[in-house]
Amino acid sequence: MAVISETVKEMQGYKLHIVKTEKFKTNTLVWKMKAPLNKEDVTLRALLPYVLQSNSKAYPTSTELRTYLDELYGASFYVDLSKKGEYHVISFALEIANEKFLSDHTPLLKKAFEFLSEVLTNPNVTNKAFDKETIEKEKRTLKQRIQSVYDDKMKYSNSRLVEEMCKGEKYALHVHGEMDVVDAITPESLFSYYEKAFAEDELDFYIVGDVSEDEITSIANDRLQFAHRQPIAIDMEKDTNQREVKKINEVQDVKQGKLNIGFRTNVVYGDEDYYALQVLNGIYGGFSHSKLFINVREKASLAYYAASRLESHKGLMMVMSGIDHKNYDQAVSIIEEQMTAMKNGDFTEQELTQTKAVIKNQLLETIDTARGIVEVLYHNVVSHQDITLDYWIEQMDKATKEEIVKVAEKIQLDTIYFLTGQEVAE
Amino acid sequence: MEKITFEQLQEELYYEKLSNGLDVYILPKKGFNKTYATFTTKYGSVDNHFVPLGKDEFVKVPDGIAHFLEHKLFEKEDGDVFQQFSRQGASANAFTSFTRTAYLFSSTSDVELNLETLMDFVQEPYFTEKTVEKEKGIIGQEITMYDDNPDWRLYFGLIENLYKNHPVKIDIAGTVESISHITKDMLYECYNTFYHPSNMLLFVVGPVDVEQIMKQIKDNQAKKPFKDQPEVQRQFEQEIPEANEAKKVLQMNVQTSKCLLGIKALHVEQSGEEMLKNELSTNILLDMLFGKSTANYDKLYNEGLIDDTFSYDYTQEKGFGFAMIGGDTSDPEKLVETLKGMLFEGKEQGLTEESLERTKKKKIGGFLRAVNSPEFIANQFTRYAFNEMDLFDVVPMLEKITIGDVKKVAQEFISEERFSVCQVIPKKKEAS
Repeated sequence: MAVISETVKEMQGYKLHIVKTEKFKTNTLVWKMKAPLNKEDVTLRALLPYVLQSNSKAYPTSTELRTYLDELYGASFYVDLSKKGEYHVISFALEIANEKFLSDHTPLLKKAFEFLSEVLTNPNVTNKAFDKETIEKEKRTLKQRIQSVYDDKMKYSNSRLVEEMCKGEKYALHVHGEMDVVDAITPESLFSYYEKAFAEDELDFYIVGDVSEDEITSIANDRLQFAHRQPIAIDMEKDTNQREVKKINEVQDVKQGKLNIGFRTNVVYGDEDYYALQVLNGIYGGFSHSKLFINVREKASLAYYAASRLESHKGLMMVMSGIDHKNYDQAVSIIEEQMTAMKNGDFTEQELTQTKAVIKNQLLETIDTARGIVEVLYHNVVSHQDITLDYWIEQMDKATKEEIVKVAEKIQLDTIYFLTGQEVAE
Repeated sequence: MEKITFEQLQEELYYEKLSNGLDVYILPKKGFNKTYATFTTKYGSVDNHFVPLGKDEFVKVPDGIAHFLEHKLFEKEDGDVFQQFSRQGASANAFTSFTRTAYLFSSTSDVELNLETLMDFVQEPYFTEKTVEKEKGIIGQEITMYDDNPDWRLYFGLIENLYKNHPVKIDIAGTVESISHITKDMLYECYNTFYHPSNMLLFVVGPVDVEQIMKQIKDNQAKKPFKDQPEVQRQFEQEIPEANEAKKVLQMNVQTSKCLLGIKALHVEQSGEEMLKNELSTNILLDMLFGKSTANYDKLYNEGLIDDTFSYDYTQEKGFGFAMIGGDTSDPEKLVETLKGMLFEGKEQGLTEESLERTKKKKIGGFLRAVNSPEFIANQFTRYAFNEMDLFDVVPMLEKITIGDVKKVAQEFISEERFSVCQVIPKKKEAS
């Protein structure tokens, strides 16, 4: 069964991905721009989409722009930033009602296209500079966005783990950029980065909904044309230095300690053993039947949450748990013991089959949302692969105990980070 | 079985009230992979003062017990229900709110099996002193996690300000101290009182065969010997109409200040259409005053008083309700003053026909977006049903609301004595 299928068309400077489905009452448009992460550009990239989404030539104030979106039956429009391995990805997402469910039959999809192309290609620019006031406002908001990570201790400790673990690697850069370079950005410098990004980024445009392929292709071709480019492909940086496990204790005024542990998996999306790694993560910590949940929470009663997740393009596995400060040693040793159990093949046939069933379920559920479909398909763009969802599921389902043990052997403990309210004796 | 058709939305809903009193709803969703089912009891954190089944006197139970019970229902003599669901390829969860406790699963295969598991685990409690003690450690960590979360503290701080007596002011999970008093017998007493099918609703949404699912549910329920039970008697102390406290400032380990302005609801005795209309009109009012396309929003953003965390919402239930407006801010005092000014100004002028029409369009589009989500449908439908409202009346009701309705809400709702403010500000460094 083909669970989802996309039609991909090579357009002028970008790829158009059409996923035709009747299950939604809305149509979703997602515009993605990808470039290698680097220190010089990351803060510009963190600012640019917020400036573009706030106004344009046709809608020179954000009130006018948002009023227009309200008129389009409250189309939701937002931007989002992410890191996929050592790439930085900007997304613009627009979700709009399908007029067949409305008493008013205004062709909304076409208007959505026009709107998105307006925002992307006709920014509020004079003399090669963005509107100064907009830039100042958005710089201020960007600073608040960077700063706010500190206030959410779960996010903060995760971000600190990555920072410590990947010190010196590009992946350590923050998705929202660096506080100390925001001030230096000018309307001119951001505009010149805008031109660079639209000339060099790898561009992908996803349309999900009950749409006609021909119609979409023709509107896209009318509205969006960019220079041809050869997208820049990079190899992920690998930290091959064998070194001792790094241990970081940070003291702050917190009631609950946040324990975040990073492993290097040495496996990335598209590798042959990537599917076994997915199953491994599921048995180890991905779900509420996993070893971490059972042993840290249910048996030892140490935590409310204890879970692991993968960063598929960089090759990381990260464990997170919130514990009482005094239970640090016990929690760390349980988490390490459970990894040893994985390496020793100490898991049952039942754990294996139930994990596969749950992974499959999770994936099929993800594609019940339009944004989920886009995110699943976009892995192929990031990894330059062409893996269908069917193939993915089939390979995952085939992973054997031996393969999982083998992939477990590749996994190296790298960094143990603890945010604590009191000093913990080493 | 009754069939209700929503033509504009192209959806069909099936309903039956079973002989044991359980309300069952099934909404088939073609093209979806997942089936999502919720089994919900009308029992939440506010139901802490009631007459237990088979007794005559009101009792008060420890804060956090409804939530504690939710946790404990997952544990059985032969192990953990999470395990069973994942063996069956499903993902399960539960949540406790002020007025409801919901148990749910979603799965893309073995739906019948998972549905059977859902009904059985919720209807077969197994509490022991030992497992109750163990749970105290886990929930203790859940409570501590929220203690460190400034947004949660801000939200609950504001509710505490608004209410003097109503148990909505009690944190849903309770405190480490309050849950320490919970025993297995108390859990059984709450369970027997509130988990009777006549106090519950089962909702299934997904690519299912309606007849077959309905039959399965009936067969499952018919096997269980429920005795008829009278409606639960709950008691709530008399609440004052105005906000209990005007302001609270919490110092926390944060870098950015946070600020919420709350307005205590008026018509909390409502239910059904009347409540739907009031809730929607109030939300429309807030949208007309503070939506992203308003001059107010622009002013707040331009002056640096808000950022993209800014939000507003109004919700009401039987006995309580509130609007909340705010988010992260560089100047909590100035934000409060500006918001108040905007509220009073909006009460007198600026609510136009044109802006109402635009807001309605926005709400209708938002509703279509929301019904893409099986989770939204099941959870919200249940919430509406417990308040004798119908989720699928939202669009027709939106279309009916007039500028007069919105102005009337503005007149009575916006009133200084029902305002309250809660702020989280960076902790001052201790003098060294």
